[in-house]
Amino acid sequence: MHEPASASVLNAAAQAGIATRPALRFLTCGSVDDGKSTLIGRLLYEQNLIFDDQLASLGRDSKKFGSTGVDHDYALLLDGLEAEREQGITIDVAYRYFATPRRAFVAADTPGHEQYTRNMATGASNADLAVLLVDARKGLLAQTRRHAVIASLLRIRSVVLAVNKIDLVDFDQTVFDGIVEAFFSFSRDLGFGEIKAIPISARYGDNVSSASARMPWYGGPHLLEHLETVDVEDDRAAKPLRMPVQWVNRASSDFRGFAGTISSGRVARGDEIAVLPSARVTRVASIIGPSGDVDSAAAGDSVTLTLADEIDVARGDMLVAARDRPQTSDQFAAHLFWMSNERLFPGRSYLMKIGHRTLGATVTDLKHRIDINSLSKLAAKTLALNEVGVCNVSTASAVAFDAYAANRETGAFILIDRYSNETVAAGTLDFALRRATNIHHQDQAVSTAARSALMHHKPAVLWFTGLPGSGKSTIANLVEAGLHGRGIHTVLLDGDNVRHGLNRDLGFTESDRVENIRRVAEVAKLMTDAGLVVLCSFISPFRAERRMARELIVAGDFLEVFVDTPIEQCIARDPKGLYRRALAGEIKNFTGVDQAYETPEQAELHLMAGVKDADSLANEVIEVLTARKII
Amino acid sequence: MSWRYDNIRLRRLEAEAIYIMREAVAEYSNPVMLYSIGKDSSAMLHLAQKAFHPGKLPFPLLHVDTTWKFREMIAFRDQVAARLGVDLRVHINDDGIARGISPIASGAGIHTQVMKTEALLQALGKWKFDAAFGGARRDEEKSRAKERVFSHRSTNHAWDPRNQRPELWKLFNTRIKPGESMRVFPLSNWTEYDVWDYIRAENILVVPLYFAAQRPVVERDGMLIVRDDDRLPLLPGEAPKMMRVRFRTLGCYPLTGAMLSGADTLDAIIEEMRGSSMSERQGRLIDHDSPGSMEAKKREGYF
Repeated sequence: MHEPASASVLNAAAQAGIATRPALRFLTCGSVDDGKSTLIGRLLYEQNLIFDDQLASLGRDSKKFGSTGVDHDYALLLDGLEAEREQGITIDVAYRYFATPRRAFVAADTPGHEQYTRNMATGASNADLAVLLVDARKGLLAQTRRHAVIASLLRIRSVVLAVNKIDLVDFDQTVFDGIVEAFFSFSRDLGFGEIKAIPISARYGDNVSSASARMPWYGGPHLLEHLETVDVEDDRAAKPLRMPVQWVNRASSDFRGFAGTISSGRVARGDEIAVLPSARVTRVASIIGPSGDVDSAAAGDSVTLTLADEIDVARGDMLVAARDRPQTSDQFAAHLFWMSNERLFPGRSYLMKIGHRTLGATVTDLKHRIDINSLSKLAAKTLALNEVGVCNVSTASAVAFDAYAANRETGAFILIDRYSNETVAAGTLDFALRRATNIHHQDQAVSTAARSALMHHKPAVLWFTGLPGSGKSTIANLVEAGLHGRGIHTVLLDGDNVRHGLNRDLGFTESDRVENIRRVAEVAKLMTDAGLVVLCSFISPFRAERRMARELIVAGDFLEVFVDTPIEQCIARDPKGLYRRALAGEIKNFTGVDQAYETPEQAELHLMAGVKDADSLANEVIEVLTARKII
Repeated sequence: MSWRYDNIRLRRLEAEAIYIMREAVAEYSNPVMLYSIGKDSSAMLHLAQKAFHPGKLPFPLLHVDTTWKFREMIAFRDQVAARLGVDLRVHINDDGIARGISPIASGAGIHTQVMKTEALLQALGKWKFDAAFGGARRDEEKSRAKERVFSHRSTNHAWDPRNQRPELWKLFNTRIKPGESMRVFPLSNWTEYDVWDYIRAENILVVPLYFAAQRPVVERDGMLIVRDDDRLPLLPGEAPKMMRVRFRTLGCYPLTGAMLSGADTLDAIIEEMRGSSMSERQGRLIDHDSPGSMEAKKREGYF
C-alpha cells in the first residue's frame, strides 16, 4: 500500500504551478459511517500533509476515542469538536486545505446524520464537486439520496460516486456494478453533468491516491487523480455583468463609490450600466481594485466603482450590463430546502436575504414536497426539517435576480426567522411569476388621507391579543361603545365572527392560524384605508403574525393591546367551557393548554386584566388614543 | 505586472476577505478589529485598508495586552498605529494585574483565561462592540476548522459549536439580538502559506521576531524560550544562551517557543515553512493543556 515517503518535498512542489487557477472546492457527503472523514483524513495522510505533532496527537486520540483498534483513526483528524470525538460522528462541516503539485483543494467534510443535513448543505453550497460515499455493504441509503438531491438542488454538476469499504465485500466487481447502476438510475433526473464511479477503501487507501492492485477489474483513475484533472468550468466571467452593491463608500464629500464583488461578467471603464431596481442608466467613471485604479475587472473581483452621473444607488441594488439585464419581480417560483426544527408556515413573513438585500418575504403557495427516495412530488401544507419543496414566494418589494440555474450568486437566497434570527431555509429562484408583472397597484383618485380628512379623527388598528378567556372581546366591545359615543367611526373584527365567514375554511392548526391572522390583518388594512378605527380581537398567539399585522399598517396607526390575564384566572372564568374540554383532551391545539402563547414584547398597551375591571381598562385604551391624537 | 494576474488563487482569497469585511461594516453599527500584532493581523489590517480605500478604516483596532508580549511587538504595534493613523484601543485587565496573575506565577491556563479571554470580554463590553474581526484561520486547529465565517456569540460571548447557523453561499446571516455579537473571520479560508505568500506579494511589514537573529534563549521542557526581560526567573543552573532563532507564531513570550533558524528573509522563511514537519501551533503552550482545549477556550469567549 502507498506509504508517504519523502517528507515535505511534495509540499514544496505543491506550491509551484498551482496558483494559476482557483482551488477546487469539493465536499465529501453520503450516509453516516460511510467513511467521509476517514477518506479525507487518509488523503491528507497519504499526501504527507499531516504534521508530526498532529500525527502524534492522532495516535493518542485514536487510543482514547478511535474505532479502529490499534490503527490510526483518520476521522479524528477532521472531527474537531469534543462532542464529535466522544460520539465518533461528524456534527458540523470541517474545511481542510491542501495542495498537490497539480492542483490546490478545499475539502469540506460534511456530516452524514440526517439531523445535521443543513451542515452538509453549508458545505455543498460553495462546492464545485461532490464526492458521494456509499458503503459497499449497504448500497444507496435514504441519506445518500438526500445528499444527492441537495447537491443537485445547489447545482453541483460534477459528482464522484465513491463506493467505499470495497475491501469488506472482497473487492467484488458485481457489488460495485450494482451500486453504480442503482445510482445512475436514481439520479437520471437530477441534472448532474459528469458522474465518476470509483471503488475505494478509505481505511486502507485503495484507489485513494494510488491505484489499487486488489481490483484489477477497475481500469479508471484513482480518486486523487480524478480530482486533480476534473474540469469544473468557471464560466462566470463570460456571462453578463452583475454586481450587487455591498457598501456605499463615502470617503469624502466629493467621493461616492459603490463597493461590491462582481458576481458575473466583466466591467471596464466607460461601460454603460443600469442600476436595478430603479433602472437608471449611467456609465462607469472609474474602477478601484485592491491595487488601485484599474481599467477593468471581472467576476470574483472585489472592486469599488464610481459612476458618471449622480444617481441614487444603495446597498442591495444591483449594477448590471445595460443591454443584458436580469429580471425584476416580487413574485417567484423557487425551490426551498428547510433547515429549521420549526416548520415552514406559508403566509408567515420571513426575512429574505438575497445578494446584499434583506427584505420581508412570504411563501404564498407550497406547490409540493419532493420525496427524496422516489423524487416524486407529494402534496404538502408545510415543510419540516431537511425537506425540499417547490413553492411560490412573494417579496415585500421588487428585487433583481437571475434564475439560479443561470447564476449561482444572483439566484440564491436564505430565509431568516424574524424573531429567533435563525437561518430557516435555503432557496433557489427558478423564475418570476407572470402575475407579478401583470398586476400593478391601481392609482386611486381619492387618497387615504382624503378619506380620513372627512372624518374628524385618524384611522387606527387596535390589536387586542391574549389568552382565550382573558377578556379581550369584553374590553374591545366596551372600547368600541365608548368610541361610538364620541362619534368615532369604528368596526370590530372578532375572532369567532370572522371564522363564521371570511375564514370559515380555516381550522386551528398552526399554519391555519397564521393564515387566519394574515387575512384579518389585510382586512384591517383596507378598513384603515377607509378611515376607520378598527378593533381586532384575536388570540393571535405568535409574535411573528402580530408583527406581520403591524408591518402591514402605517407606522403609528397600529397599537398592540396585550390583555394580560393570568392563565389560572382564564381557566377559572372559562366563559365558553373550552378550557375544560381542552384540559380533558377533547380539543387539540388550544392556546394555553397544548399550544404556546408568545407574550408580546413591544405592546403599546399592557392591560393588567387580572387586577383591574373591564371598564377601567377600556378607559385606559381610550385615554391612550386621545393622548396619541388619534381621536 | 501585478502578481494578481498570475496568482488567481491568492487574488480570490484577497477578494473574499475584502467581501467579508465590507459585509460586516455594512451590517453592524460598532465593529472592531482585533489586532494581535502577528502576521495574520498584519495581513488582515492590510486587507482592511484596501476594502475601504480611499476612505479611512471605519472601525478601531483593539489590542488586548497581557503585559507579557515581546517588547518588539508593542513597539511595532505603536509604530503601525502612528503610521496608518488608525484608532488603536489597548485594553489591559487591571483586575488581573492587581491579583498578580502572570504566566510565571499562575501558569499558562489561568494567565490566558484572565489576561486574554476575560480581558477581551471586558474590552468588548466596555466599548459595546457588536462585531469583532479576528485573524483566525480554519487551517490552524481542528475546532477552528469547524467555525463559521460569521460566528454568532450569545449575550455572554459564548460559542455554541453544536448549534451553528448554516452558512450557505456568501449569504451571511448577520442578524443579532441586542447584547449579542458576531465574531467575523475574513481569513477563514487562508492557510499559513497563503498569509506568507500575501505578505511577500504585497510587501507587508511584520514584527522582526519572525526573522532569525541572535536572541537570549533558555531551554525548558523542550521549548526554546526567549527571555525578553528579567521578569522570567532563571531556574538553578539556567543561563540564557545567545542562539540564532526566530518565531513561527507570536504570543506571550514565556509561553511561545522559538525555533532554531537561519531564515532572515521572507523567501527563507517561506522555504523553511514548506520544509517543516511540524504544525504552526506546535510552539504554543496554551493549546496543549488537554484535548479540545482550544474548543473549551473558544466556548468561553477566546478568539
